[in-house]
Amino acid sequence: MDIARLSIREIRESLAARRYSAQELAAEALRFAQAENGRTNAYLHFSPERAMAAARRVDESLARGEEPAALAGVPVAVKDVIVTRGVRTTCGSKLLEHYVPPYDATAVERIEAAGGVILGKTNCDEFAMGSSNENSAYGPVRNPVATERVPGGSSGGSAAAVAQGTAVVALGSDTGGSVRQPASFCGVVGVTPTYGRVSRYGLTAFASSLDHIGPFGRSVADAAALLGTMAGRDVKDATSADAPVPDYAKLLDGNVKELKLGLPREYLKDLPGETGDLIGRAVQELQKLGCAVREINLPATDYAIACYYVIATAEASSNLARYDGVRYTTRAAGETLQEMYRNTRGEGFGAECKRRIMLGTYVLSHGYYDAYYLKAQKVRSLIARDFAKAFTEVDAIVAPVSPFPAFPLGEKVDDPVAMYLSDIYTITGSLAGVPCMSVPCGKTAAGLPVGMQILTRHFDEATMFRLAHAYETRAS
Amino acid sequence: MKITEKEVRYVAGLANLQLTDAEVAKFEAELTGILEHFDRLKEIDTEGVAPMAQVLFASGETATLREDVPVPPLGNDAALANAPVSGAGYFKVPKVIER
Repeated sequence: MDIARLSIREIRESLAARRYSAQELAAEALRFAQAENGRTNAYLHFSPERAMAAARRVDESLARGEEPAALAGVPVAVKDVIVTRGVRTTCGSKLLEHYVPPYDATAVERIEAAGGVILGKTNCDEFAMGSSNENSAYGPVRNPVATERVPGGSSGGSAAAVAQGTAVVALGSDTGGSVRQPASFCGVVGVTPTYGRVSRYGLTAFASSLDHIGPFGRSVADAAALLGTMAGRDVKDATSADAPVPDYAKLLDGNVKELKLGLPREYLKDLPGETGDLIGRAVQELQKLGCAVREINLPATDYAIACYYVIATAEASSNLARYDGVRYTTRAAGETLQEMYRNTRGEGFGAECKRRIMLGTYVLSHGYYDAYYLKAQKVRSLIARDFAKAFTEVDAIVAPVSPFPAFPLGEKVDDPVAMYLSDIYTITGSLAGVPCMSVPCGKTAAGLPVGMQILTRHFDEATMFRLAHAYETRAS
Repeated sequence: MKITEKEVRYVAGLANLQLTDAEVAKFEAELTGILEHFDRLKEIDTEGVAPMAQVLFASGETATLREDVPVPPLGNDAALANAPVSGAGYFKVPKVIER
């Protein structure tokens, strides 16, 4: 067994053939993940007791002669913004340094019910705010492909763990690209499902109209399997959708002939050098597989960054108001209640969270609400309309994920505007709420991975996975 | 739009954020830069466009309703377990009412 390259399928077959037990696998996966963590800082903490208990339940089920469940014995890493009962959940923030949740996120419950083994919690930008994982209070994550570079963010730890092989699959959260961009930087598959596809119960809220939980895997099949176990209506999240969840594995048949693909003109016009070349080559490969490719327009794209950062910071400023030193955070001293609030938040939040709380509070404040927040919501309608129109003409949109590959640690920390602008290709899909994913499409001359983004209609993850899988398994 | 030091301090107050003088100066410059970018929203015509507050998808009118059945609550001890200061079954905060 090569612990760093295991697939879900291989684990199922091995468990069924009794080549190893789920407990043996969990123990080895924990040992390996802990031993390798110093290289990347991908995990913040491990949950060995919980992992071994889950593995024991899998072995007991197998001993009773039951079929292995969908994720039986599969080592999973969970981003530390998703709550786990009895296992510390810090959200990458000093404020929640000691927070031990009294309940599980629905996604976590469903993963364990399907036999998944949660090894630990992964590092991320504080409260999922950032594109480089440098905003974690617990130190940055290093990209396992090139350790002097960022893994992307905000789900950098989950992407790095899957790329490094210290988890088979992982959970991230995506508000404006926080799964897709790190997946692209680390050379793994990362999926942002349709808004409402996966319950957010237990996902720490950042921007509620944009937040998603999404899976990472080393293959399309693994990421799709993880999504399949989590997806579907949950009464604990009123925004979760009651849409049927197909058996994605059955739909990965390699047949993408006559699928109509759209290339957004607005995304390709300024796409620099090697990333542009690699996306162009991937599009040619898709044509060879029988897809029909045409150019499309998404005219509101130029306004997407401003639209996104107004809405996301406004919602964040409201959601982060709860971290006030009363119920679950650390507390700073203060003579009065308000002084205690202010000191707790002033000392506890890192620079990026403060910046976004300030921006969000400003755009919602008296006199600016109409000019910024309401205006941004109208622009969001136009962006959603662009996608709706495009999907009357094509079945899927193919696009870059990031304008550049993983950059050196520290390179962009002092330029927030430049950091925000780099989210251009991922935030549009988030604003429209359509499913989107990053699938590896090659490496630059320096060996840095580049991801291709695929976007499809609401609730049509099946077409997205079919296309990504056909591309991934093409004869090269 | 140029944001002033006074506005930074006002907004920090609304957000309950204690900022150092160095942070105030930094945010004055940074927020001005970011708001300049936000100002491009003014260029696009949204006459007659409805604001989008949430991603909407087709679903039954009662799809988000559930049966109204009681479930056991978290419980006092569990709810207080993460509080920095608690006592007598309550969250404790600095005194808010003067006699």
